[in-house]
Amino acid sequence: MYRSQYDSDVTLWSPQGRLHQVEYACEAVKQGSVVLGLKSSTHAVLVGLRRSPSDLAHHQEKLFKIDAHCAIGVSGLTSDGRRLCKYMRSETLNYRYVYNASMPVSRMVLDVADKCQGQTQTSQGRPFGVGLLVIGYDTNGAHLYETDPAGNYFEYLAYSIGARNQAAKTYLEKKYDTFTDIGQDELIQHGVNALKETVRTRDLTLTTDNTSVIVVGKNCNVQHLNDEQLQPFIDKVEADNDAADEAENEQKDGAMDVDQ
Amino acid sequence: RPIVTGTSVIAIKTDAFVMMAADTLGSYGSLARFHDIRRVVSVGSDCLLGAGGEISDFQKVAQHLEDLEEENYCYDDNVSLTAPQIHSYLTRICYNRRSKVDPFYNQFAVGGMITDDNGAKRTYLGYTDLFGTTFTDNYVATGFGAHLALPLLRKGYETLGGAQMTVEDARKLLADTMRVLFYRDCKTINRITFGTVDARGPNVNEPIALQTDFNLEEINPVKPIQNAEQE
Repeated sequence: MYRSQYDSDVTLWSPQGRLHQVEYACEAVKQGSVVLGLKSSTHAVLVGLRRSPSDLAHHQEKLFKIDAHCAIGVSGLTSDGRRLCKYMRSETLNYRYVYNASMPVSRMVLDVADKCQGQTQTSQGRPFGVGLLVIGYDTNGAHLYETDPAGNYFEYLAYSIGARNQAAKTYLEKKYDTFTDIGQDELIQHGVNALKETVRTRDLTLTTDNTSVIVVGKNCNVQHLNDEQLQPFIDKVEADNDAADEAENEQKDGAMDVDQ
Repeated sequence: RPIVTGTSVIAIKTDAFVMMAADTLGSYGSLARFHDIRRVVSVGSDCLLGAGGEISDFQKVAQHLEDLEEENYCYDDNVSLTAPQIHSYLTRICYNRRSKVDPFYNQFAVGGMITDDNGAKRTYLGYTDLFGTTFTDNYVATGFGAHLALPLLRKGYETLGGAQMTVEDARKLLADTMRVLFYRDCKTINRITFGTVDARGPNVNEPIALQTDFNLEEINPVKPIQNAEQE
């Protein structure tokens, strides 16, 4: 991104009508590893790619449960994500205490987005450097929302944020028509497949260490899949991947024969 | 210290509807001062709220709930408070105020229809009071009614079919119970509002008077002295 003399302060507009600090904060989200979400009429799924800073280190968790009916995935500054996660947890818990019911997801996302926006209009502090994908299930059905450092939020049928998210978006764009009525397992498989698309160019194998899945839905509280539950989905996507690779290789071999 | 008070509210719940009744009196101590205080109001699109006790506190609470509903309307995101949520909210503010030794001097009956995930409708009836005591039940009565009306409501509930009771039967049961309360509770008047909430929504009727008969032997035990003048 270009530097300009209007980007030193979040309270400074550029002559083109842009807040550069907020845009730079959105860049931070693009540096984070990918998180994607998708929903059917009854369930919503979050899939995240966990990075580890070194071979000795644990993989950094991307997906967090907020309440029994909603969860988030973060991309960007994980510490900012943790702060928003804490805020959302206390808001939903408070709502549950006062109203004895789960907080409507749209209302919670609105509160978080307002909090992010507050940081873009203050002389102290900086915008949050994290984008969230929020999934939840409430009286209005399954939801998937995206929030960004600017304080915008949108509802999606399927979306992904973070590094190399375009590959996942392409997969989801092709398949999202079929999501409405499929079951929970199929939905999770699509999510893991989409994640595989993002790592295909790096030839990274998905494992239960670097993949994380959370699902929520009708009659199904937030469930962070453990290794045992996650393994079958990973096995399937890796098996499909190997099969596709083999098919490619066979084609290549065939071509070489002709040349000779 | 309560100044202008209302007496009992009685309510009954079946599978199809919740019905509530209260008189329209605001008592200034033992003076029957205000004759048109509506103590059963509808809140939101599927809830009825009835209260006995300090009228100004009830009006404040009802206004506050209206404001909450307005806020929800302005958010425009298809979220509104349901009866159990209103009940829970009332309980929390009542308990909070009592803990500050500044209670909302009321007993509330909260009733409404809830829609399940599957679109099925259920009825809900709850009670909460100035201490923050709270419970749900098929029939609820506040104030004096808790002593006099509950046994009558219980008996009526069991004999008239319970959860399958018809609207007419429930109406008659509540009317009979209000009549008894009018006979026995001195801080009542014969001007009753009935409120119903069913699948179509809440509806509070204009006040009506009940037929009473004060010549019943039970409440006129002293026979007129017929030979007084002769003596």
